[in-house]
Amino acid sequence: MMAALICVISLAVFAQFFVWYCRSILAPTRRVVLSERVREVTGIADQEVAPDDFHRLLQLVRLCPERGDDGSEIRAVGTYYRVLAMLKRMSKMTGPRIARWVDHERQDCSYFAAVALDRRISYSRDLFTQQISDRL
Amino acid sequence: MLGPIDYGLWCLGFLVEIYVVVCVLRSKSLARYFPLVIYSLCDAVVTFGLYFCVHNFGYTSPRYAYFYYYSDSLLTLLLFWVIIHFYLQTFEEMGASRYIRGAAAILILATVVFSYGVVHQNRTHLTSRFVVELGQNLYFVGVVLTYLLWGAILTLRETRMRLIQLVLALGIYFSADAAAYALRNLFPGLEPNFLRWIPPLMGLWLPVAWAYTMTKVPEDGRLAPSELVVKTQ
Repeated sequence: MMAALICVISLAVFAQFFVWYCRSILAPTRRVVLSERVREVTGIADQEVAPDDFHRLLQLVRLCPERGDDGSEIRAVGTYYRVLAMLKRMSKMTGPRIARWVDHERQDCSYFAAVALDRRISYSRDLFTQQISDRL
Repeated sequence: MLGPIDYGLWCLGFLVEIYVVVCVLRSKSLARYFPLVIYSLCDAVVTFGLYFCVHNFGYTSPRYAYFYYYSDSLLTLLLFWVIIHFYLQTFEEMGASRYIRGAAAILILATVVFSYGVVHQNRTHLTSRFVVELGQNLYFVGVVLTYLLWGAILTLRETRMRLIQLVLALGIYFSADAAAYALRNLFPGLEPNFLRWIPPLMGLWLPVAWAYTMTKVPEDGRLAPSELVVKTQ
């Protein structure tokens, strides 16, 4: 009885802490405004990114040279997105409120990927500029 | 029998624990994270000790089992010290450190007396079931303490991002381990294939999450905890 109670409470607390932790990684990127350049590349009309854009944006991120300091964040958010995608599939059972929340979270993940892409594009431009100036 | 994944997890865990210590020392914030450094060092020593026990006495030996479970309990008690330190940081502006220290001393004493009582009562049959139950209870105390600390962080609108992430990482660690130990108690059959992986994975998670915070989050980084609370419209 005691073990069952501890198990249920711990699993519920784990889910909460996991979501909060992932949001703490996503939160700083929410304040970043996307550049004109990345919006052109990705076809994002305004600052709103679609929840389903995550994988497409991540593929573009992978095409850019690695900065070496964002890999762990991308992996962590990728894991969170996969968990959310699983929840999305189960959302018929969980109800519309949860489905709306899942979509909002997925949208934040996509926005994170767009910001990561933006940073990598400016990094590769800097690299390119540096190479050109070195040749001159 | 231990496989390459087990050794890989140990090795990685050991290196990341040392990395956390180096990060704290390099940022010259030893006083601020002193319990965290001591915990990481002790965890690294225990990881090495586990390897030593397996190498010399074997994975199925009672020496390894005793070393594993009792060092785990001691490390959990050390983590309580880390949590208490985070409480002190959260309440430092309120000047409540005297009360927190008092409460912490009572809590640790109560845990020690309770654990001694349980060990004394079971001294004739210190079975695996007993150590699992002790681990489950200790981790659950950790869950409660971390959850209360998180509640205090939200209530006091604490914005230090490092503190927030360090506490959240602890919450994940304690809750996953408490659930794993409770599930082991309920369904011992799940142990060999599934549950046995959770403690080593969580043992790696904690230093990795702390290392991430120490590397990526600047000391003056700010984050409103209200941004993290889930709101469903």
